[in-house]
Amino acid sequence: MSDEALTALLLSLRVALLATAVASVSGVACARLLTRAHFPGKDTLEAVLLLPLVLPPTVVGFGLLLFLGRNGPLAWVFPGQILFTWWSAVIASAVVAFPLMYQNAKAAFESVDINQERAARTLGAGEVRVFFTVSLPLAWPGIMAGLVLAFARALGEFGATLMVAGNIPGKTQTAPMAIYFAVEAGDYGTAVPLVVIVLLFSFAVIFWLNWWSRNRVARHALRRRG
Amino acid sequence: MSMLEVDFQKKLPDFILTARFAVREGEILVLSGPSGSGKTTILECLAGLQKPDRGYINLRGKMLFNKTKRINLPPHKRGIGFIFQAYALFEHMTVKDNILYGAARVNGRKKREQILREVLELLGISHLQDRYPAQLSGGEKQRVALARALVSEPALLLLDEPLSALDRNLRERLRGELKQLHRQWGIPFVLVTHCRCEEELADMVLRPVASINEKGEQAICFSM
Repeated sequence: MSDEALTALLLSLRVALLATAVASVSGVACARLLTRAHFPGKDTLEAVLLLPLVLPPTVVGFGLLLFLGRNGPLAWVFPGQILFTWWSAVIASAVVAFPLMYQNAKAAFESVDINQERAARTLGAGEVRVFFTVSLPLAWPGIMAGLVLAFARALGEFGATLMVAGNIPGKTQTAPMAIYFAVEAGDYGTAVPLVVIVLLFSFAVIFWLNWWSRNRVARHALRRRG
Repeated sequence: MSMLEVDFQKKLPDFILTARFAVREGEILVLSGPSGSGKTTILECLAGLQKPDRGYINLRGKMLFNKTKRINLPPHKRGIGFIFQAYALFEHMTVKDNILYGAARVNGRKKREQILREVLELLGISHLQDRYPAQLSGGEKQRVALARALVSEPALLLLDEPLSALDRNLRERLRGELKQLHRQWGIPFVLVTHCRCEEELADMVLRPVASINEKGEQAICFSM
């Protein structure tokens, strides 16, 4: 495998990991806050949060171009130029991965037995302790599933990333982009190893997740009996 | 002297619920009525899991809830134990960790371990301490729930249909144990049931009285 392909692969991994971290913290936080809160405009807010899941990636990319550009509303958050650096690839991946994390985490929190959380409160636990010792561990299988899906989505991000980060070999070129441009140039020698590695890696992740959740279900199969 | 004084109202979808009673030191009050009469709501209001619309709740002279003074202590500051109908044991923790959850305020590992040993012995569940809730029978779950509540040293214990999930033989036995535990513990219990079988525990039984108020609304009142 060429150095360029390896660099693209490593960058993909780094971008996907960081994007997953951002999406998971914000996704879990939003899910928790919205699970048992009721306020006017909640439906609208939820629709907005899920939007990146259904929008074409190019539309997300265009929105991010406007947002992250020099005159965009978020320009003050990031010092200097952020477009066409690998950080903007992280942002694009995080934005498209967020809805997967949010949705899974929300379903997971909703399935937690509310009386176990209440029992914790009557035993003297404040909200923070209830969250970390009861809600989060009980919601963990669903959050884990969201984490893996978000990571897979971030790893495969193409459209939005191309628009905001470009395809600069060694700087912003991720594996999906290296594959696309290699195939376009007829350079199968670069494309095929990348395709095989991404395929094997993705397979291993999904295989492991299924195995893990089945084992976990088996371990606690008796739990819901009462 | 009354230890718990309650006088509040809460509007529910079908009726207005009123609770007006006092419980003395070491008494067991049983609220007995059909399901849907608001008994569980009363317990949840006492514990701070729900909020009444009007009135007050005082425990040992401390105001837990007072509408006019805008006081509403959160559940973790009330010092009230709650035995849920399905026990609500933490399903991802062993019996030991379940029980120790309520002892977080106790400083020092040794002291916590000692408290754990004592309560396990008191309830006769020492052999269960490494099991998960899924591996327990109904009666065992109830003992663990009682142990867990006991360790947090509540000033009042609320029990939601504590015996109705159990079969008859077990019910008889656990009723006796509950009575004995109450004597040792020395705090008042408020117990909710739809079954006469639990009334034998009571020092005092309150039943719901239904009426129509001046505005023509349905009202249900548990009152002394």
